[in-house]
Amino acid sequence: MTTHAIADTGVLTGRSLRHILRSPDTIITTAVTPIALMLLFVYVLGGAINTGSDESYINYLLPGILLITIASGVAYTSYRLFLDLQGGIFDRFQSMPIARSSVLWAHVLTSVVANLVSVAIVVGVALIMGFRTGASVGAWLGVAGILVLFILALTWLAVVAGLSAKSVDGASAFSYPLIFLPFISSAFVPTDSMPAPVAWFAENQPVTSIVNTIRALFAGQPVGGEIWIALAWLVGILAVAYGFAIAIYRKKLS
Amino acid sequence: MSDPAIRVRGIEKSFKDVHVLRGVDFDVERGSIFALLGSNGAGKTTLVRILSTLLKADAGAATVQGHDVGSAPGEVRESISLTGQFAAVDEVLSGRENLVLVAKLRHVKHPAAVAEELLARFSLTEAGDRRAATYSGGMRRRLDIAMSLIGEPKIIFLDEPTTGLDPQARIDVWRTVKQLAEGGTTVLLTTQYLDEAEQLADRIAILHRGTIIQNGTLAELKQLLPPAEIEYVEKQPSLEDVFLALVGDTGEADAAENADAAADASTGKEAR
Repeated sequence: MTTHAIADTGVLTGRSLRHILRSPDTIITTAVTPIALMLLFVYVLGGAINTGSDESYINYLLPGILLITIASGVAYTSYRLFLDLQGGIFDRFQSMPIARSSVLWAHVLTSVVANLVSVAIVVGVALIMGFRTGASVGAWLGVAGILVLFILALTWLAVVAGLSAKSVDGASAFSYPLIFLPFISSAFVPTDSMPAPVAWFAENQPVTSIVNTIRALFAGQPVGGEIWIALAWLVGILAVAYGFAIAIYRKKLS
Repeated sequence: MSDPAIRVRGIEKSFKDVHVLRGVDFDVERGSIFALLGSNGAGKTTLVRILSTLLKADAGAATVQGHDVGSAPGEVRESISLTGQFAAVDEVLSGRENLVLVAKLRHVKHPAAVAEELLARFSLTEAGDRRAATYSGGMRRRLDIAMSLIGEPKIIFLDEPTTGLDPQARIDVWRTVKQLAEGGTTVLLTTQYLDEAEQLADRIAILHRGTIIQNGTLAELKQLLPPAEIEYVEKQPSLEDVFLALVGDTGEADAAENADAAADASTGKEAR
């Protein structure tokens, strides 16, 4: 049974990727809001924001925008998972001789692919708007790695939401706070411009360390200790979300 | 083989305070059609979910094709196929893609050829490349059953296979089920329709409030009541007879049967 796990996951991933190809609006919708935010902040609000560096504002802004893109993109995973559960096809898969984890992993891998496409679109628009980076190949890989970890962590949260939701709206509502989190971080403005308690929260929540790390990688600067804090957050969230998701999944089957 | 295809002993299951199954026992012979008859909420679906390894029983034991559902669920899944209460098709995919998907997951050789053959067998060839979302209820159910046949499982669970279908689609499903049993497949079906059990089943078990209150062949069940007195009444054609006679095309095999029904209906009197 387990020998087929990888092949089964591949087949099921192909299935949900086909869903996305048939409704590419899920990728477009995911990219539209972050692009609109980017336009708003760069061309309307950005002139009034002092980031305290001579980098162009779009260079400052992009890392946070990428995280917002992913935070809104993962909601589709819980949405699709919920529909599978509702429609009965989930039961069909579970009653077949396939590795049970394949069903969840297929949704997770699909999420990684779909979100990377959305991220690529946003980066493309950012380039048109004047985003420039001197990042080395290694730094780019670092950024990609952090983004993939971020997608995985948030997608497993999405799996938890999708498995435990009672309605379609409930399935995707979990992502609103995630989309909001970057606003109270160093993504748009430096944290030292905030009132002390807010600044404290902003500096100690995961988004800030992740944004600062990606920003440093793009700027070709040393990432310092920040990358370890970012990785600790990412791996921690991933582990907890994965654990919860598997526990809920097991409980569903007993 | 004398070993039953399905053996259920003392199965119990509760959800919170609701005691859904209170000790269910029955055997299903290989190659037979076994109907689990019961009203809504009798526990039919819960039992099917336990037998198809989607739920764990609180107490009791069940074996499917000789494998214990609790301790060897993997082996059980190798020998069964489940067609749930709601047609479990992927609406975004076409009928053909649905079949290919299941064929690949069941690791059969030549998934495309298997899909093609099943489309033809279930009169879905023409609709094969359309998305399943555009299918009628009957077509969806046919696709659903077709998906369940891939890999030639020894045992098929059909949970209320005709609920929500129109009379013709219902007859189509009945014919398919009969063909399956003729081919040696064991079929366990649940239904709330008495005539469905009567039409299809070799044995009928009545599930009521979580236990089997009767289990036997149709003839045996009928003997539970005092012998029928013969009285002559005017036989009115049922609305189903009229509908089928008017619409006509219930598929080639049934056309003659229905013509007979229509003839019976028009001649009027018949013994009951």
